[in-house]
Amino acid sequence: MSNVPSDLKYTKTHEWLRTLPDGTVEVGITDHAQHALGDLVFVEVPETGRKLAAGEPFAVVESVKAASDVYSPIAGEVTAGNPGLASQPEAINSDAYGKGWLMRLRPGAGGAGGEFLTAAQYEKLIAEEGG
Amino acid sequence: MSTRLEKPIFEYSVPGRGAEDQWPRDPGPAASDDLPAASRRSGRPLLPEVSELETVRHFTRLSQLNFSIDTHFYPLGSCTMKYNPKACNSLAMLPEFLARHPLAPESSGQGFLACMYELQEMLKAVTGMQAVALSPMAGAQGEFAGVAMIRAYHRARGDLERNEIIVPEAAHGTNPATATMCGCVVREVPVNAAGDVDLEALKAAVGPKTAGIMLTNPSTLGVFERRIEAVARTVHEAGGLLYYDGANLNAILGKVRPGDMGFDVIHVNLHKTFSTPHGGGGPGAGPVGVSARLAPFLPVPLLARRGERYGWLTERDLPQSIGRLSGFMGNAGVLLRAYVYMRMLGREGMAKVSEYATLNANYLLAQLKRAGFDAAYPDRRASHELIVTLKRQAKELGVTAMDFAKRLLDHGMHAPTTYFPLLVPECLLIEPTETESKAALDAFVAAMAEILAEAAKEPERVTSAPHTMPVRRLDDVRAAKQLDLTWKPPAAHAIPTTS
Amino acid sequence: MAFIPHTREDVESMLAAIGVAGIEQLFDEIPASLRLGGLAGVPEAASEMEIGRLMAERARLDGRPLCFIGAGAYEHHIPAAVWAIATRGEFYSAYTPYQAEASQGTLQLLYEYQTMMASLTGLEVSNASLYDGASAMGEACLMAVRANRRSRSQRILVPTTVHPHYRATARAVAGNQGLLFEELPYCTEEGCIPAGALDRYDGQDVTALVIQQPNFFGRLEDVDALCDWAHARNILVVAVVNPTSLALLKPPGQWGSKGADIAVGEGQPLGVPLSSGGPYFGFMTARMEHVRQMPGRIVGRTVDAGGRAGFTLTLQAREQHIRRAKATSNICTNQGLLVTAATIYLSLMGPAGLERVAAAAHARTRELVSALTRVPGVRRLFRGPVFHEEAVALDRPAAPVLEKLAARGILGGLDLTGHYPELGGALLVCATETKTTADIERYASALAECLREARAA
Repeated sequence: MSNVPSDLKYTKTHEWLRTLPDGTVEVGITDHAQHALGDLVFVEVPETGRKLAAGEPFAVVESVKAASDVYSPIAGEVTAGNPGLASQPEAINSDAYGKGWLMRLRPGAGGAGGEFLTAAQYEKLIAEEGG
Repeated sequence: MSTRLEKPIFEYSVPGRGAEDQWPRDPGPAASDDLPAASRRSGRPLLPEVSELETVRHFTRLSQLNFSIDTHFYPLGSCTMKYNPKACNSLAMLPEFLARHPLAPESSGQGFLACMYELQEMLKAVTGMQAVALSPMAGAQGEFAGVAMIRAYHRARGDLERNEIIVPEAAHGTNPATATMCGCVVREVPVNAAGDVDLEALKAAVGPKTAGIMLTNPSTLGVFERRIEAVARTVHEAGGLLYYDGANLNAILGKVRPGDMGFDVIHVNLHKTFSTPHGGGGPGAGPVGVSARLAPFLPVPLLARRGERYGWLTERDLPQSIGRLSGFMGNAGVLLRAYVYMRMLGREGMAKVSEYATLNANYLLAQLKRAGFDAAYPDRRASHELIVTLKRQAKELGVTAMDFAKRLLDHGMHAPTTYFPLLVPECLLIEPTETESKAALDAFVAAMAEILAEAAKEPERVTSAPHTMPVRRLDDVRAAKQLDLTWKPPAAHAIPTTS
Repeated sequence: MAFIPHTREDVESMLAAIGVAGIEQLFDEIPASLRLGGLAGVPEAASEMEIGRLMAERARLDGRPLCFIGAGAYEHHIPAAVWAIATRGEFYSAYTPYQAEASQGTLQLLYEYQTMMASLTGLEVSNASLYDGASAMGEACLMAVRANRRSRSQRILVPTTVHPHYRATARAVAGNQGLLFEELPYCTEEGCIPAGALDRYDGQDVTALVIQQPNFFGRLEDVDALCDWAHARNILVVAVVNPTSLALLKPPGQWGSKGADIAVGEGQPLGVPLSSGGPYFGFMTARMEHVRQMPGRIVGRTVDAGGRAGFTLTLQAREQHIRRAKATSNICTNQGLLVTAATIYLSLMGPAGLERVAAAAHARTRELVSALTRVPGVRRLFRGPVFHEEAVALDRPAAPVLEKLAARGILGGLDLTGHYPELGGALLVCATETKTTADIERYASALAECLREARAA
């Protein structure tokens, strides 16, 4: 049922990654994840310049019935948090892979070395979870 | 129950009006001429200017927009919404008790302190613990005191690595939140299909970092943890302590005691088991009881008897205490209400409470099954509460537990607890308590059956409920996104300021 | 018995419906080895008449001495309407408003309360209350650590002019999470934080500064200078205030050029009886930018499915039932019933009535201190104005004098020796609007007598 674009990479914790032309990486939560959370009412994004380790929580997404940390899939330095989400958290509900991006970061030493899922693998994961 | 909404009290306000008969005489401006101008307020606060009658009418009308135990069946699971006897209130509000200053000398409080001391003794007797502190002001503060004591105990022994608190995945949210407030790390252990803690998983989870485990028994799943002795052995052998969350004490009062089950520390929710009022969300009281080895760490002030006199022990008397949890001694007035209630129950009444609470829950479970509902744990006895899962109805009829809850309001019954425990999908956690009659329970079953029939015929009537309340379902998303947390005067009615 | 309505016939038909022979069988999942024989430690049941008589006797034993103690709990007149309405069953026996549609009364009342407290403290948002003033200060320190992202030290500066029990409670509530409380000494002549006391923290990482106004000694601190000093160094300010005093004194939201960040205090003076220390309620207000770091329930106004205005609990994703181990606090309840009383009290007082209460209490305390200091051997301890309590020094140890006064039915104040041994024999005394000139004269002449006796002994 969920929308899983084929050109992105995914994590088991429901984040997506997109490598931009300048080498930075854009990160957000998947359509499946926004659906499970429900209408988002608040999103906290990281400040520019923050250094993140792989697996470190970098954002909080809140609906009226749930709140969840979002984990950085890779190590790196934040080049931007999405400024639009403060006033329009619903952008994640309506456009998880576009206007709903959470942050962009420059991969640090060790780069994007983590293990990521392809769209097909992620689709299989959410099907197994009963999504 | 009224359905007429009441405007905010600020909209009754008229400049210059006031309940002046309630005020002291005006001492005149000279009385405060010593206060420096820089310290003084400029501009009056936004308080309404209304008469006594307007005030009485406004708040009486607001009261009529509430469901309460005094007016409605209130089977809110895990909250023990039993009848709050009127004598408990009126006797706790005798003028001498109300007027007593918290720092008044012990010599002018021996009557009050005698009640407190006897309350402690009764709590020790019903819980099987060695010592009790009355000061925690709510269940969550009792939990805090308990985990802080566990931590202090390990530290005092030089066992500095123990900072993990184990909680079953079905635990109340306060358990993990408390562990965090005490600087501990939370480890969750699963529960098996029958509702008991997964013993193998527990054995794998305990070790040299285990500070303790937090358990409710009967659990939040409405069933008794049958292997509690094995759980206690496992945790104790690993060097951890056992914390008993007293949320469900009503189920076992006078039948079995946490102390005998192997618990080292407990809190009791007096606003549940001992029938002090919930007051629209407080005040509660959460006294803690401990085994002998934790007694040196109890919070202060701690009531003691010296000869024939009662008095408070402080930090000086208890150097290892976890400290002070409140400005004074805690919720004294709540403790007095619980004292009166416990004296009225007496030795004979304690077990009656759990017997009839359990009878009512098991009767509801049997009748709800007959009416076509699914029990979450069909092969288990219900404790004092039971869980119905509406997973099947949600799938077949598109009607959720929340819809049932809202439609029950139209039947003049408060909804059970919904969506807790998180482990059971589409659940209703139903706790009738011992003070409800068979007729009240039958009416509840009839209402549930009626809603089920309606859900099959006319589901939108259920999914759009409630229909007879002062308001319909509220937009929680808007409430959280467009925060409106205080009333703002329309420009035309701006509150005048004085210099 | 035990408020149980069942007849024998009810029980029999219920057991038959369940399919068990007796009630005992319902407990068959509890291991037999754990079952309890009896409850020897609990007395036999008492009827309402019997317990009524016992409680009346115990209340009579305690009596009603003439009380001049303040120190964080204050005797004010409570209008009859306050508790007549607060103890209505619809308020008294309701629970937390989880089902908003069936709880609009409690929810609207809390919204009105939030409005009143925000305005009284001069800040933008209020929660629906915490347990009491002391624990609210502990929660405010934890909140300041979450809110001040420029600071990593978790260091909180707490002057020793803050109520000693509040300092102890904050340490107990917040200390387990690694907060470091550093106490600042006070000026023994002025009874305040001295100018320049903070200079040694220049350039250091400090998270928050706590300021109590009026302070524990009843004295007024230089809140403007302290607040500006803190803000210039990115230190958040936690104000601890007396709500009655705010009818006369500058609210925390107007301290210095920016205002305090968080205000907390004891709500008891607003219509809640002294009752040996509780139940009271703690209030907490803050600047809007910190609202998501606030602990406790918060009520918001929204619309229903039909577009009509209504009230509901909001921002619940901060709370323990959703956030579990990452919640802002483990707190579940507020002190709803006490907030109900306070909201009715504040409505009856209004801005003018509350100002009168504050002014009358201030005037009575001035009268008290001038009467007491006319007694030989009694003097004011600190220079400068107070709100409604003040420290006076005796030329004899305070404890035996207080005992002699108590024997005459007068509670003469709080002995400061325990918490402030450096002050010698000193009392903290308080008079509110409830004290008359005759009460004050009775105290002064009794004190003169007791001091004479103490000197003769």
